[in-house]
Amino acid sequence: MRTADLLQFNLRLLLRQRFRTLMSLLAMAVGVAAVLLLTGLGEGARQFVLNEFSLLGSDVLIMLPGRKETSGGIPPLTGEGTRDITLEDALALERLGSVQRVAPLIVGNAQTHVGGRSRELLTVGTSAVFFRLRELVVRQGQALPVIPLQRAEPVAVIGSNTRRELFGHQKALGAWLRIGDRRFRVIGILDDRGESLGLDLSDGILIPVAAAQQIFNTQGMFRVFLQIRPGSPMPQARNDIQALMQQRHGGERDVTLITQDALLGAFDDILQLLTLGVGAIAAISLLVAGILIMNITLISVSQRTREIGLLKALGASARTVRLLFISEALQLALVGSVLGAVTGYGLLALGHWFFPLLPFVVSIWALGAALGIAIATALVFAWLPASRAARMPPVLALQGLAR
Amino acid sequence: MIRLVDLSKTYQLGDQPVKALDQVDLAIEAGEYLSVMGPSGSGKSTLLNMIGLLDTPDSGRYFLAGREMNALNEEARAAERNRRIGFVFQAYHLLERLSARENIELPLVLAGMAPAERRPMVDQIIKRLDLDSRASHLPRQLSGGQRQRVAIARAVIRKPALLLADEPTGNLDSHSGAEVIALLEELNNQGITLLVVTHDPAIGQRAARRLRMEDGRIIDDSGATQPPSADSRHAHR
Repeated sequence: MRTADLLQFNLRLLLRQRFRTLMSLLAMAVGVAAVLLLTGLGEGARQFVLNEFSLLGSDVLIMLPGRKETSGGIPPLTGEGTRDITLEDALALERLGSVQRVAPLIVGNAQTHVGGRSRELLTVGTSAVFFRLRELVVRQGQALPVIPLQRAEPVAVIGSNTRRELFGHQKALGAWLRIGDRRFRVIGILDDRGESLGLDLSDGILIPVAAAQQIFNTQGMFRVFLQIRPGSPMPQARNDIQALMQQRHGGERDVTLITQDALLGAFDDILQLLTLGVGAIAAISLLVAGILIMNITLISVSQRTREIGLLKALGASARTVRLLFISEALQLALVGSVLGAVTGYGLLALGHWFFPLLPFVVSIWALGAALGIAIATALVFAWLPASRAARMPPVLALQGLAR
Repeated sequence: MIRLVDLSKTYQLGDQPVKALDQVDLAIEAGEYLSVMGPSGSGKSTLLNMIGLLDTPDSGRYFLAGREMNALNEEARAAERNRRIGFVFQAYHLLERLSARENIELPLVLAGMAPAERRPMVDQIIKRLDLDSRASHLPRQLSGGQRQRVAIARAVIRKPALLLADEPTGNLDSHSGAEVIALLEELNNQGITLLVVTHDPAIGQRAARRLRMEDGRIIDDSGATQPPSADSRHAHR
């Protein structure tokens, strides 16, 4: 039988039993759409997180106080330093040949006052370099000024939420605010997208690092970001930095250096596993659709016993009869899969439209897997009933007696 | 053209073995017109199914057009059915979802013939059997006589050498029945070998060669008459 004739023969059959066809199409489509939707969401979340963290660039090292093993598992995000990383350490690091930029970081919560209003806000002490490292965009005004690290200039850059919370409709730029017992002038307002490395800067205030030292009454840095000079190999830079810190800290290796890659790798693994997990759960619905197709094919075979006998009398071999039933199931699965794929990606696109932060991901592997599973289940589950039809003795089938 | 040698077939009916065919010997020449009569369960339908390659014998040999059929596998038997044998059934066996034209076309479709090649053949048979006005109708929109004409058209579309009719008038009134028989006889006149299984003596008597069966045996054979040849006069009484 020619392929075109086969398709048309099946189409006739499927159109005649519209309700039945519709139900199996629905089952298939829901299964495929579920797989695509869930893996798409998982993959979107993964890419969102990766984007968020890769802002750092692969040439940036993060130094934290205290010694932690970074092999295996998630790298430490909190360090318990035996000895502080001081501003002097940061300045010494800046002079290293393999280091291009150094951005120290002190983070804490501090009570902030404007007029009568008072809020406890995330306060970040850092330098102008931090803005370049994290690609922070200043919407209004300017970033922190380039000043020696030791100078506690009374200026602040505030996040967009902070501006709303503290100033409401008043003009924020140029206004004064008070953190603890110190006064700062607002010189800049960050753009909305302020989240980075788990710190939501849109709810925060950025001030010079020396000022933060005074407010929090601390010498030690929370983190130090180090950007490697272009052209210097990462391992060598790492060794240089470790050696310098060891020398400055009385021979003790008491700082931890982590790269973005190590951080990302751990997240990536977890999220990928999560995506696979939800995808597998959705794939079960495809299996259910496959079983539905088997039932439908079984019913089709028993309803069409006489037809099978006739087709055999007219010269259809067992192989042709099997092909007829399998191709019918396959056609259902294919059309259902395509409908499901369109629906799944449509919903993802809709989700992206409503939540633009979530990337719209068309993952080819998920599409391939969903279609593959749909077609494979249809094939496997139609095989049994189709073989039953193929085996029917023509004489009994013609009388409607074969089973 | 057809030669059955010592053909036997036993069915299990409940726990009772029934000899549907009991060492049947038969030779049929090309172009003959045979009727097979006999009481229910005498084996006449089994004989027809055997000749039509729908059933396989327990023992004995079957030659069709000089080739031994027992040796063929299912695939080859299907191809032989498609090419050499046309079936006409009492219950028409038309596919309800297909139009008359598409039903007639079915054997060509199963044979894998290209649409351009099929069209003139179907046109021709529709014209010849006077079904022009009914070609696009579904079977349920046709009368019994018209349905059987469609079934006959389908049976002869591949220009088979052999036409097997199992009670072709069983579901028809006498007028439509007479028309169908006339059509079958006309096809026989044009050279096709015709074998009709029937209960109706009036129809059975019309055949040039009449077989009577009982308990799986051919108990009476009026002998080959057309075309007359010494070989086919091999009577089995």
